Amino acid sequence: MIQVDQLTKRYGPVTAIEDVSFGVEKGQIVGFLGPNGAGKSTTMKILSCFMPATSGTARVAGFDVFSDSLEVRRRIGYLPENAPLYPDLPVATYLDFVAEIKGIPRSARKARVADVMDRCFVSEMQRRLIGKLSKGYRQRVGLAQALLGDPEVLILDEPTIGLDPKQIAEIRTLIRSLAGQHTVILSTHILPEVSMVCDGVIIINRGRIVARGTESELVAQVFPTARIELRVRAAQDDVAGALRAVPGVLAVQPLQSRDGSAAFVVESSRGRDVSGEIVKLVTSRGWELRELRQAGMSLEDVFLRVVAGEEAPEPSAPVEAA
Amino acid sequence: MRWWAVFKKEMWLYFGSPVAYVVFTFFLLISGWFFSQIFLYYSNASMQAFMQPQFGQSLNITDNVMRPLFSNMAVVLLFFVPMLTMRLFAEEKKSGTIELLLTYPIRDGEVLAGKFLAAGALFVTLLALTLVYPVLVAFFTRIEWGPILSGYLGLLLAGATFLAVGVLISSLTENQIVAGFGTFGVLLALWIVSWGAEFAGPNLRALLQYLSITEHMDGFSRGIIDTKDLVYYLTAIALALFLTLRSLESKRWRG
Repeated sequence: MIQVDQLTKRYGPVTAIEDVSFGVEKGQIVGFLGPNGAGKSTTMKILSCFMPATSGTARVAGFDVFSDSLEVRRRIGYLPENAPLYPDLPVATYLDFVAEIKGIPRSARKARVADVMDRCFVSEMQRRLIGKLSKGYRQRVGLAQALLGDPEVLILDEPTIGLDPKQIAEIRTLIRSLAGQHTVILSTHILPEVSMVCDGVIIINRGRIVARGTESELVAQVFPTARIELRVRAAQDDVAGALRAVPGVLAVQPLQSRDGSAAFVVESSRGRDVSGEIVKLVTSRGWELRELRQAGMSLEDVFLRVVAGEEAPEPSAPVEAA
Repeated sequence: MRWWAVFKKEMWLYFGSPVAYVVFTFFLLISGWFFSQIFLYYSNASMQAFMQPQFGQSLNITDNVMRPLFSNMAVVLLFFVPMLTMRLFAEEKKSGTIELLLTYPIRDGEVLAGKFLAAGALFVTLLALTLVYPVLVAFFTRIEWGPILSGYLGLLLAGATFLAVGVLISSLTENQIVAGFGTFGVLLALWIVSWGAEFAGPNLRALLQYLSITEHMDGFSRGIIDTKDLVYYLTAIALALFLTLRSLESKRWRG
């Protein structure tokens, strides 16, 4: 549905994206991940026909965004970064304007506008001026205008920014419900969002795609070994030696410990769970087990490692569950 | 009919914000002041014409009230039109709404048509409100409607030219103040360019006079609809709108 080939965009001497290629299948939801300034918004602006690429091609639903711009624009719903809307228009008036401009016939317009207002939870604000709305409502009005006309492809630049946790959950459910009939490409910095909403992930950094695939593929690709984090109350060297002797263990790295206990990351080959053996070892030696958990496997760790191009921060620092 | 959506939106923004009301109020206040002064002067001159009948021969409403009124209103419009047009594209660029507008399935020409016609409709309303002056005059004296209508046609064409220039300049910048002052500067330059004709050689003089917006208005307010003047305004409007379209399209290929 979306096919991007060797897309490059330069703003004068600054290269925003370089040689970006990817494809998105019909009905899929793909998350675009990357630090600020990585080129997410640039890619989306090109896909939405707002601006041209310096070189390379992008096709949406089989139409080139440059030469068949109008055909592409008939098929997309776009939510730009920060949802730029007209502050002096009331919500319903604004959405009616968008519906008309998208070519929804007069007879159907009212019902379609009411429908997207319901789906985006803005119905109760429909008489209010957009400029008087809170950021969360504005964002949802932005999403509502993208959904109007039921476009095949949705391009959403940070759709959940500025929403409170309850609204985020509602919008995620909404986006998730679009999968199947709609192809969605969304950008975000919120990593758990990608895990919850998206079928696939594209990680972009400094204008280049650095990793892509499903979440589990990425984890397997970036962390070829399974990792267990372990904390026991015993002498560091004794424990390290004993752990290395456990069958299946590939490496043992000592960690900084906060409370004087010995802490390690134990790596084993993927698919081979050594936690049972470790527990046996610890109990047979009479050490006091403080903590034992799977570590470093979330998308967040993948992201940090891929983007920073280096080891994720100390795995002993509690990592928010993704 | 997609331009109609843009037209309605622009009308909402003009009338939903104070812009339209402020422009209407002050334009009517100032042109009303001009009208009352000119009319008082005319009635005073008419009194004196009782004493000197030969002087009174040349007094008439068309030449002594409406013509000066039209040329004064045109000067006032020079100040007001930039304020109507400056936001049309500049505001959308600044606030980022242009990004949505240009990614909707609508042609650039339709966007431009909606915006230009909205500003035009506002302007026509403004002119229509000033019809109250000749109607007032008609209460007191016999009035020739032909030259008045042609005078309004002249104002309409000159105003549409102002609007087209304003839309063009608004599409070139994202700063409304730059758009407003730029438009005002260009219009003023087009206004006073004929002043240089006095000291210019014959060829240059003809050119400077032809370029001037004033020179082309005068015929209309005397009741003369000259093709030369019509062509001047219509080409100026077409050229400015064509360049606006190019400037909008350039976004798509230049980025």
